Amino acid sequence: MSSLYERLGGANAVNTAVDIFYRKMLGDDRVSHFFDNTDMDGQIAKQKAFLTMAFGGPNNYTGKDLREGHKHLVEKGLNDTHVDIVIEHLGGTLKELGVPDADITEVASIANSVRDDVLNR
Amino acid sequence: MGVRITYADSVYDLEDGESVLDGLLRHNLDIPYSCKSGTCQSCLMQAVSGDIPAAAQIDLKPGYKKQNLFLACQCTPEQDMDVQLPGTAIDVPAVIHSMEMLNHNVVRLVLMPQDEFTCEPGQYISLINGKGVTRSYSIANDPGKEDHIDLHIRFIKNGKMSLWLENQATRGDMLTLRGPAGNCFYTSDDGYDYPIVLAGTGTGLAPLYGILNRALECGHKGRIYLYHGALQAEDLYYIDELQALSEQHDLFDYVPCVLNGQDNNFYKAGNIEDIVMKALPKNKAQTRLFLCGAPDMVNSLKKKAFLSGLASKHIYADAFLPSKT
Repeated sequence: MSSLYERLGGANAVNTAVDIFYRKMLGDDRVSHFFDNTDMDGQIAKQKAFLTMAFGGPNNYTGKDLREGHKHLVEKGLNDTHVDIVIEHLGGTLKELGVPDADITEVASIANSVRDDVLNR
Repeated sequence: MGVRITYADSVYDLEDGESVLDGLLRHNLDIPYSCKSGTCQSCLMQAVSGDIPAAAQIDLKPGYKKQNLFLACQCTPEQDMDVQLPGTAIDVPAVIHSMEMLNHNVVRLVLMPQDEFTCEPGQYISLINGKGVTRSYSIANDPGKEDHIDLHIRFIKNGKMSLWLENQATRGDMLTLRGPAGNCFYTSDDGYDYPIVLAGTGTGLAPLYGILNRALECGHKGRIYLYHGALQAEDLYYIDELQALSEQHDLFDYVPCVLNGQDNNFYKAGNIEDIVMKALPKNKAQTRLFLCGAPDMVNSLKKKAFLSGLASKHIYADAFLPSKT
């Protein structure tokens, strides 16, 4: 049985998904203010690293990285609602790409597993 | 004998199957990295010599590939390589050949490099004068073909380089060029058919002019649109050259945009962002967008174009940041 990351299409899937996902996030007034718009390329690189992790791919993120990386956003008010929105857009992105529901659920649960680290709890 | 990597004048052995990144990190070198899975692009390095494995360049922008950039974490070479961090400076002496005013406050500075200098039209260099003042300028021509370098420099009130150029610099003065750098240039890796939109304000025209001429010389087949934004009509320049090019080439449209003006036969009045967004080619997924000039315009248009459907990897931007020294 192949892994989730292989089923989704690996790095190619990440590269295809990142624009769709990031466009949904930037276009959503509920979360767009968390993105400083001066460094789109840097942010896209970060979204790719996030998608790689959520797709079950290789990643080197530790709880500490996620905590450090989101600290300034938590101070700006990042909370559970926003994490829910991220997971919603993640699901919407995968649906557009024709990914089966079972795999979308698995991706959502990986993303959800880092919720406490992201929110510095 | 394993593969050897030359970095910063020293040679390092790689273990079997080890990536360039892992090998250099094992030798306690300070190389930036983050995901180690080929996505974040933090570990971008540049090959000076040696073959780059295809896997180390997957999904890099064509402009990156052309500069031999690669992802160190995905690079497990078969043969020895000589590598450096991207944009490692190379200094070339250059002499002022001429200066010519292009409008009321933009000068065309023509330099003759005194050593071999190659770059892609649209890249930029740092210019260092005899007093040690350093400023970055985009290259408006193809120095590889023309043996000189064209820069467009806007005189800024009390700007150090501006004052020096305006009052002291003369033909024959020696300067230093450092670079080139930047990813804002034409490539035909993906064919010649895609639409190109070039949008810039002020001397943001310089790199766009270089890119335009390169694309036309390469026989680009897709439509090319150039939007030059200015506050007043008198801030535009290269009007005759650009009009001539648009007459010679059916596929090229020149659209001057003047913020404080009234629509007329020659230019469109209004904000360049609105004018560009209204007229984006229908084939958004294939359109390449080049943005140069005022940072607010560049960043805002970049975001608007992306949200409207352009692919992030097809947007090339070069924001001209004001100098802090």
